[in-house]
Amino acid sequence: MRSYLAITDRELKSYFTSPIAYIVIALFVLITAIFFYLIISNFVQLSFRYTMQAQYYRMAPPKLNVNSMAIRPLLHNISLFALFWLPLLTMRLIAEEKKTGTIELIFTSPVRTIETVMAKFTASTSIFIVMLVLTFLYIISLFFFGNPEFGPILSGYLGLLLIGMSYIAFGLFFSSITDNQIIAAVATFAFILFFWAIGWMSGFVSPGLGSFLDKLSLINHFDDFAKGVIDLGNIVYYLSFTFFGIFLTYISLESKKWRL
Amino acid sequence: MIEVKNLTRYYGQKPAIQNVTFNVEKGEVLGFLGPNAAGKTTTMRILTCYMPATNGTAKVAGFDVFDQSMEVRRRIGYLPENPPLYSEMTVESYLKFVGRIKGMDSKNLKKHVDKVMDLTNIDDVRKKIIGKLSKGYRQRVGLAQALVHDPEVLILDEPTVGLDPKQIIDVRKLIKNLGGERTVILSTHILPEVSQTCSRVVIINEGKVVAEDTPENLTRRLQGNEKIYVEVEGPAEVIEKELQNLDIVSSVVREKEMNEKVAFIVESIPNRDIRKDIAKTIVQKGWGLFEMRPVGMSLEEVFLRLTTKEEEVMFS
Repeated sequence: MRSYLAITDRELKSYFTSPIAYIVIALFVLITAIFFYLIISNFVQLSFRYTMQAQYYRMAPPKLNVNSMAIRPLLHNISLFALFWLPLLTMRLIAEEKKTGTIELIFTSPVRTIETVMAKFTASTSIFIVMLVLTFLYIISLFFFGNPEFGPILSGYLGLLLIGMSYIAFGLFFSSITDNQIIAAVATFAFILFFWAIGWMSGFVSPGLGSFLDKLSLINHFDDFAKGVIDLGNIVYYLSFTFFGIFLTYISLESKKWRL
Repeated sequence: MIEVKNLTRYYGQKPAIQNVTFNVEKGEVLGFLGPNAAGKTTTMRILTCYMPATNGTAKVAGFDVFDQSMEVRRRIGYLPENPPLYSEMTVESYLKFVGRIKGMDSKNLKKHVDKVMDLTNIDDVRKKIIGKLSKGYRQRVGLAQALVHDPEVLILDEPTVGLDPKQIIDVRKLIKNLGGERTVILSTHILPEVSQTCSRVVIINEGKVVAEDTPENLTRRLQGNEKIYVEVEGPAEVIEKELQNLDIVSSVVREKEMNEKVAFIVESIPNRDIRKDIAKTIVQKGWGLFEMRPVGMSLEEVFLRLTTKEEEVMFS
């Protein structure tokens, strides 16, 4: 436990002593801010137009739902954007230690492999939470100008956290099988994108397989969260995805110590 | 303290080490001598539980490196060939981190970190970022890292590489002082390093232990000339007697007799070169000298292949 804390602590500090974390967080926030701005101005324009139309026909102005028309698309955007972004955060986790040889220090210290893996997972998940909290601030700003529902926002953020953890777990795994950070990032990206898009294939295959592929797809489980539905099945899906990534990382590191 | 028995490790089909066996007593400083790619690093990595052996066993402080690896790791300080440094950390925070993952409690941590920084002479860079340090400092931070949790056993892979001559002397002195209370294995390919710091030497070449002895004995053998093979034409009895009379010869053994010629193995007293005197005697007596060569030189040959001269390393 002590080693777990020590490694988490070191990982977090190293994110912030090198410019990686600042750049990744700042650009993530900036780009989601642009998304937010575009989506909201679109929404405002639309509601303005509808109000004008309503006035023209002397009807009551329509009530547009900011949750489903602005916040939900924004959450979807963030979930996709995180797919591109998180591999940059996870690529160095183990690959860098392999490259510089510090892995030799970790593996010859009385630290259990699972502590190392969990520490690294915790550190990058924490950074991701910081990123999410910062984007949360825009959404809070909506409360000054309207009255969005808070429930779907919270469930949406829970969904983002869960899907992000799945990305991070596999980012960690791909970082553990190479000492090249670029390869780690690209492999993570390709892998997640595949599981993201796997549901698209469901239309071309037999219905049984199709629904299986739908169930397997990373994004299909997210939609419920964005809508405000917290479904246990979806939570279990993301947690198993995450667990599997962590398990593979553990195996890939631990297998170095196996006697073959 | 360290028992290595028949250790073998394969990389694919190729053996890196084969049947390596040696023991290290408590408080001993063992030199691990061999050329690059002889298997020194592999052996050390197995001892430090970094990788498993394909065959054989190794015990550190009574614990098996494979089955009780946590116990072993708690007791070992390890400096790998490339010091395992996080270049973005400061020296002090790095050493504290190492102390923490070695399982030290925070009460002792600061005191120990201060102590090892003092011991390895890196006190002046404690607040500096490791990535900005010179090679010599990095090497010493690596050494400090191995010492920080006060381990019973130290395993140092080429600890003096990259240091300047004065630092080399300091580090050797430090290592020598560490012996006694701690058990040390250090690998090197520099011969004088061994004679200055180690109480015993294991020479490894192409994955096999080729010699194991004290540095004094090895040096004596290294200087060779202990035994000379001489082939002379002349009266065997007389020649043997004459050679025996030389005051730096300790023994003469008749090896074989062929037609007119006789072969002897002449042994000198330690550290003296007798070849000149043998030749002079034989020529003066008018016998025919056919052949003269040192025997029992295989170790020296190994050594020559194994070792680089210290000057080359220091001034290259």
